[in-house]
Amino acid sequence: MKTGSAFFLSGAMALAAVTFAGTANAADTAPNDVAFNEMQVSESLTGMPGDPAAGADAFKNRKLGNCLACHTTTAMESELFHGNVGPDLDGAGSRWTEAQLRAIVVDAKQVFGPDSRMPGFYSLHVGKNVAEKFHGKTILSAQDVENIVAFLVTLKDE
Amino acid sequence: MKTRLTIISLAGGIALGCFAGLAHADPVDDTLEIDGQPMITRAPAPEGHPFDEVLSGWLFREAETRAVEADSFQNPGMLEVERAAEIWSTPEGTAGKSCETCHGDVSESMKGVGAHYPKWDKDANRPINIELQIDKCRTEQMGAEPYKFDAKDQKAMTALIKNQSLGEPMSVDLSQGDMQSWWDRGKDTYYTRTGQLNLSCSNCHEDSMGNMIRADHLSQGQVNGFPTYRLKQSALVSLHNRFRGCIRDTRAEFPKAFSDELMALEVYVTWRGTGLSVETPAVRQ
Ligand code: HEC
Ligand code: HEC
Ligand code: HEC
Repeated sequence: MKTGSAFFLSGAMALAAVTFAGTANAADTAPNDVAFNEMQVSESLTGMPGDPAAGADAFKNRKLGNCLACHTTTAMESELFHGNVGPDLDGAGSRWTEAQLRAIVVDAKQVFGPDSRMPGFYSLHVGKNVAEKFHGKTILSAQDVENIVAFLVTLKDE
Repeated sequence: MKTRLTIISLAGGIALGCFAGLAHADPVDDTLEIDGQPMITRAPAPEGHPFDEVLSGWLFREAETRAVEADSFQNPGMLEVERAAEIWSTPEGTAGKSCETCHGDVSESMKGVGAHYPKWDKDANRPINIELQIDKCRTEQMGAEPYKFDAKDQKAMTALIKNQSLGEPMSVDLSQGDMQSWWDRGKDTYYTRTGQLNLSCSNCHEDSMGNMIRADHLSQGQVNGFPTYRLKQSALVSLHNRFRGCIRDTRAEFPKAFSDELMALEVYVTWRGTGLSVETPAVRQ
């Protein structure tokens, strides 16, 4: 295990788990080809609906979405350590449409503006000096994004 | 008589957070005295600073961690400081001299020195920190090798010298040499987003100060406690190691320790903590 504060794990395990743009499914939309239309991405990146249970896993996994680093949600109450850099996600599936949620996960800066602190999870618009092992790679695969979107849609208001 | 305890089990004990972590979202309203000596943990920010008040990282830590720092008999980092006091009087290098040969009693000659680094170094034509000043004396005055980055003795000796400024408010003199342009460069770095996660120092330590990021309570990222003692690692952690760790966490390549980029960052971040007491060795989880 890593010590220190690494809040996103980036070891070899992470690499094995991620499907990279380069090796992605041929049917997947490539990161630079994702069509944003009025802060929405209507088309599934894989052409298929996502799996909400797999999405919940990717959401909490520190090597994948690690969304809990910055968000709380009651659906994950049993998990340790929720951050609050971003808003609580309870009701996100009621506040936003599926197409909007996909846009937020793919590249939050397209929705919230360039100052957003939320990383672009399927975007190649990244910061300076990206570590070599992450060059040209996205944090999540198209499949991970679809699964997480399918999970977010389930976060309805009571 | 108090006896020393090495408190390693604490680190595990603190991992309780969960939703409860959110209850600690603000810095605590508490005052720090180390062995009865008051520390300035809140200071009015210098002009041009993004905050009104600069806050020591101590205010953001859990109660148990704060208590260990407040009692130097419990603070395991003090064992390293004591070890360095022995190195201070041990001759090394071809000249057969020790630090003591020239500087005498560390508590007199080094009192207040560490609170005002980085300093402009005319010979190097750049700012240097305590680590590099120690290396300068080792190579030029003692005929000894410079320390390898993060050698145990380097961290201990740096802690010994900074500890002689315990309680003293930090400041850097930007009027020396070219310090101002190094400050400017450090500021650029501070606000530049790096890595696949695309985050800058300011995104975490300014925009999200007081928030939780997973299990960590985000402080202002101040340098006044360095080298700090990390309970999890049971070791002192140097400032440039911390800088590199924060940059690595954005999934970026990180610069070399003592590189121009990190030295400029040290100048700028030290300025951001102007007026805070030196707390070395501060205790962190
Ligand atoms: C580094 C912190 C960070 C991480 C990690 C992060 N987010 Fe966010 N997120 C934010 C912030 C901050 C906002 C608020 C909007 C803004 O200003 O960017 C936000 C907003 C959102 C919103 C809209 C909130 C609402 O209900 O109005 C959703 C949905 C969301 N994030 C989902 C996710 C998902 C899913 C993940 C993981 C794949 C994730 N976030 C990871 C910081 C983060
Ligand atoms: C032969 C004499 C000599 C020895 C031995 C020596 N120094 Fe120095 N030291 C100096 C001189 C001269 C200066 C001031 C000039 C300079 O900056 O190098 C100095 C400056 C310093 C300063 C900066 C003081 C300030 O006010 O900014 C520190 C810190 C320091 N020495 C630490 C050490 C340490 C630690 C050792 C042992 C590893 C050591 N010195 C060994 C001669 C010595
Ligand atoms: C993704 C968020 C993040 C980013 C970006 C980040 N840090 Fe940190 N940093 C942390 C966390 C978490 C800690 C440990 C908790 C705390 O003290 O805030 C920390 C701690 C520190 C500390 C130690 C504070 C103390 O009191 O012990 C310093 C100094 C620091 N960071 C400086 C920086 C600098 C300089 C940068 C930019 C190069 C930076 N950080 C970027 C998250 C971040």
